[in-house]
Amino acid sequence: MPATFTRHQVETERRDTGYGGKPPVDRRPTGGGGGDENWDSRPSGRRGPREQLLRFRLAMFSGLAGDFVFFAVLVSAFFVHPNSGHISPADLFVSDWHPMQAPPILWINTAILLLSTLTIEVARRQLFHEIDIMEEWLGLGRPAVRRAAPWLLATIVLGILFLAGQWIAWQQLAHEGFFFSSNPNSHFFYLVTGTHAFHLFLGIGALLFAFVAMFRLRKVELRQIAVDCTAWYWHAMTLFWVFLFVLIVFFQ
Amino acid sequence: MNWLPPNGALDGVTLDHLLRWNLDAVFWLFVAAQALLVAALVWRLRASPAREATASRPGTRFFVGEMLVLLAITGLYIAMDFTGHQLWAARREAGPAEHPVQVEVTGVQFQWYFRYPGADGMYGRVRPALVSAPNGNPLGLDPGDPHGQDDVVSSILVLPAGRPVNLRLRSQDVIHGFFVPGMRLKQDAIPGMIGHLQFTPTVPGEYVILCSQVCGLGHARMQARLRVVPQADYDRWIAGREKSLLASGDRP
Amino acid sequence: MRTPSASAPTNFLRRRIFTTNHRQLAILYLFLGLAAVMTGTLLSLLIRLHRTWPTLALPFYGIPKPEDYLALVTMHGTLMVFFVLTVVPQSAFPNLVLPAQIGATRMAFPRLNAAAFWITLASFMTLLSAFFVPQGAPISGWTSYPPFSELAAAGPGQGSGMDLWIVAIALFCLAAVTGSVNFLVTILRLRCPGMTFGRLPLTVWSWLVSSGLTVIAFSALLAAAAMLLADRHCGTSFFLPSGEVLNGIVQRPGSGSPMLWLHLFWFFGHPEVYISILPGMGLTSSILANFTRRSVPAYGLMVASTLLIGVLGLGVWGHHLFVSGMNPYAGTAFGLTTIAIAVPSSAEVLTWLAMLFRGRLQAATPLLFTMGFLSFFISGGLTGPILAQPALDAYLHNTFFVVAHFHLVMAMAGVFSAFAGIYYWYPLLTGRRLNEMLGQIHFWISLVAAYGTFFPMHLAGLAGEPRHYAQLTGPVTAFANLLPVERGITWSAFLLAAAQIVFLINLFRSARHGAHVDANPWRATTLEWSGVLHPIVRNGPYIYGPGASPQQDFLPQATTSEPATRSS
Ligand code: HEA
Ligand code: HEA
Ligand code: CUA
Ligand SMILES: [Cu+2]
Repeated sequence: MPATFTRHQVETERRDTGYGGKPPVDRRPTGGGGGDENWDSRPSGRRGPREQLLRFRLAMFSGLAGDFVFFAVLVSAFFVHPNSGHISPADLFVSDWHPMQAPPILWINTAILLLSTLTIEVARRQLFHEIDIMEEWLGLGRPAVRRAAPWLLATIVLGILFLAGQWIAWQQLAHEGFFFSSNPNSHFFYLVTGTHAFHLFLGIGALLFAFVAMFRLRKVELRQIAVDCTAWYWHAMTLFWVFLFVLIVFFQ
Repeated sequence: MNWLPPNGALDGVTLDHLLRWNLDAVFWLFVAAQALLVAALVWRLRASPAREATASRPGTRFFVGEMLVLLAITGLYIAMDFTGHQLWAARREAGPAEHPVQVEVTGVQFQWYFRYPGADGMYGRVRPALVSAPNGNPLGLDPGDPHGQDDVVSSILVLPAGRPVNLRLRSQDVIHGFFVPGMRLKQDAIPGMIGHLQFTPTVPGEYVILCSQVCGLGHARMQARLRVVPQADYDRWIAGREKSLLASGDRP
Repeated sequence: MRTPSASAPTNFLRRRIFTTNHRQLAILYLFLGLAAVMTGTLLSLLIRLHRTWPTLALPFYGIPKPEDYLALVTMHGTLMVFFVLTVVPQSAFPNLVLPAQIGATRMAFPRLNAAAFWITLASFMTLLSAFFVPQGAPISGWTSYPPFSELAAAGPGQGSGMDLWIVAIALFCLAAVTGSVNFLVTILRLRCPGMTFGRLPLTVWSWLVSSGLTVIAFSALLAAAAMLLADRHCGTSFFLPSGEVLNGIVQRPGSGSPMLWLHLFWFFGHPEVYISILPGMGLTSSILANFTRRSVPAYGLMVASTLLIGVLGLGVWGHHLFVSGMNPYAGTAFGLTTIAIAVPSSAEVLTWLAMLFRGRLQAATPLLFTMGFLSFFISGGLTGPILAQPALDAYLHNTFFVVAHFHLVMAMAGVFSAFAGIYYWYPLLTGRRLNEMLGQIHFWISLVAAYGTFFPMHLAGLAGEPRHYAQLTGPVTAFANLLPVERGITWSAFLLAAAQIVFLINLFRSARHGAHVDANPWRATTLEWSGVLHPIVRNGPYIYGPGASPQQDFLPQATTSEPATRSS
């Protein structure tokens, strides 16, 4: 059947030039901007070394926008709940919303996470440090990578610490007989923190990947992309967490 | 328009009125538009090449014309919405009427139950645990509650003509749609919520009550009868039900 | 001249199936859509049969039970909305022409793009498998309101069938968001030199807006689906109220509210219906310009309307909840926003109608189907402002009046614009044209039969006939007087479905025997026809008409290629 799909000349040329695939297009991505009118005069072709980076960033941001909606929806459950309850067999109205004493360790976790955004931001900046990057372009060693690596490692450690902290928090709550489904507040709490923790788990995976990538990837630009996107993801997760944290601690 | 079932409610007259002119307006717009399409197919196909040289760029007159039509149509929508809103405000945004007839409607897969508060004008307590249709207590009335003693539960809705009725909508299991075409009345009965619905039946007679929200395999046969009778007959009927209630002794 | 196939994989599977080439993916998407629409149509015919001949026994099955009918309706709606009217206009068509139309040679993220397809396919399989689990497919409608959709005991099919439905939907959300992120970046970053926003074809504008909507709406649905699953299996109760008694048995005391789901679902649901129609609207403008050989008179207005529809579309979901017990004042507000969104739609309709009278029509099938789209969009859309009034909706809600509304404005308009797209872009796929004769037959039968099927539904709705009724005659009431109308609808539906056979024949026959055409058979201006690999755009998308250019009556967006730079 598909054999009949014989496209004419140019369409066959429009065949996948693959991502990072060799010629002709990879050399001269058709990318970019298009905002200003005087293109015609402008020599086209690669639009600055950051073209690909911006592309990935944009993708990361639109993805995060969706993720934000996802969290917002979960949180919306929080706002329908507080006035919820049920009629007990003894016919008393029992409010199911037991304000939960947020375990103090959450404060520590929050601090850790905030710290980790700082560290990863530093790492990200290192990879965009003009002079070092110049050297890397010219292939004279990898000063930027060497500078960024420790900060990235620090972030990974902090991230793991945070997850551990969350785990402890869950343990404590469980000890207080505050289980996933024991009341609406609790399963709201476990759902959002759990979902957030899962996101961070992926984030740590991304961090590890970025770390390896920094040393493995040949193209400077690709290294920058790996770290940059991870960093933005991490920032977003911190932002979401602060949002959730404030909600849990102050709005019950 | 004569497709609508005969109307028996006070507001129904207004509603039919609105629906009528809405449908008329829309119908003629529809005819006009289709006529334009046909006209285009008939004449524009054979447009003489002569007049083709002209009319390349649309002048301002074109936009002005289009905007005027758009304005007219927008005006139509606004008129629709405005007139419609008056009815809506009267039906839903108005406060409770003077001494309405109180009836509680409960949706159960796949049955409608109607409960009259009786002489004391108070509904007795219901308890989920006590619900059992076989024992003649489909609503789970609590025998312990004095208010419940005189509550009349019926599977047919009988109402006096000419008096405002205040319905209290409940559901035991899933969402049901309380729909009385003859009264131009519809509202969902949502479990965990109490809905309120006001209307005034005027024309004595028999009307059907349907379920308008898919609720299970019996959805299509979840139907009941509404009987609108003169006040006197209504009093007689309710008195009869009270008597038989006392005769049959206390509630299960 | 370079020969790209030199590096391209030769092996068939790699080239046609496990490909990252957007054009190949488009073909795969089209086949998926075709499979979905055939299944959905089959189901719809069974729906019609059972409504009108309730006692008719199906071969190999016997007489359908009421729950079977509800399962048919649920799966029909789900298949059609997600796997036909989202997959074809919002996934297949962009993969087919989006990069070409902005002068790019590829998507921004080919692998992501391919992944989206495979997830969609997995979702499709998951959904269909719901038919084969014990107790069969879910029966709570494509909107799956809890607690009905939450309690397995609420009815047959609400057990594993419902679980599969939820998982399928969740997968679909993932795929939709993934694909749309790729489209967004492609449109924003990969436009070729000179392709300014002011020069984007309206199809691209539509895809930009609908992709944005997809990212928002489907993420919301994904979260809602996750919560429903958690309710069903993790003991949470986001949607489960307290004091539930299901056929005599007291359920666990929940503490949520079904209203939450209603709001979440429709916060997705309404944008979704615009996602399914916006690409068709953009395509309509392009085709009208092409086949009247006239520019789009109000390009700016069209772009503005598209954006406005996208924005307002996020704020009207409440018009599905007028009688759900929502605060009546909220009802009033949502009624207003809904009226507001009807205005930009009307603006586009008026422009289209005006365009028909500005040049000479060329009665080729793409134009015919586009005019069919217009006809349906108008006849279906016009009932919108009626439904948008809470007071009137209180009578019409969940009657067949609504079914008529959305089958005209969504189903038929959407499908007809999908047809227009296929008749229009077929040469791009095959280098051949679909047979004109068969095309005209297909069009006229479909048009008449579609009206014959869905117009009478208004009457049934006015008579008060509710949706999801397995049989029209009940203990106290009888819609028996509607039976003649319903029978007519059924016959017409069969004719409508039969007409599609003509299309299928045409689709496959022309692939081999269709008339060969040159690179730009419709003498179109947009880049997918330009035959230039690396164009520089020098002018707007719709420059048609006498004197548009020295030689012909149209001026392509790009004529010259850039000088080929170094290539290894
Ligand atoms: C895209 C949306 C779509 C489409 C096309 C259809 C098509 C049809 N529908 Fe559909 N229908 C829905 C969406 C759709 N429906 C939805 C959302 C519901 C609500 C479900 C619920 O309540 O849960 C519904 C419910 C519904 C009901 C109400 C059942 C009830 O509530 O009791 C009925 C009853 O007659 C019905 C009938 C039909 C018929 C006869 C067709 C016929 O028109 C079928 C004929 C088929 C075609 C004309 C399409 C052919 C297209 C192609 C062959 C190719 C397309 C191009 C490519 C892929 C290449 N449908
Ligand atoms: C593509 C899909 C699509 C589109 C475009 C629309 C468009 C509109 N819809 Fe629709 N709608 C659905 C799909 C769609 N709808 C579906 C699937 C449902 C049911 C879901 C379910 O319950 O299962 C639904 C249900 C639905 C409801 C809820 C009904 C109910 O359940 O009670 C409402 C209420 O307000 C509504 C309103 C509107 C409005 C105001 C528009 C407007 O955007 C319409 C705008 C268009 C026009 C107004 C026409 C303009 C034409 C002219 C102006 C002609 C000019 C003529 C001359 C100049 C001669 N729709
Ligand atoms: Cu009760 Cu449908
Ligand atoms: Cu809507």
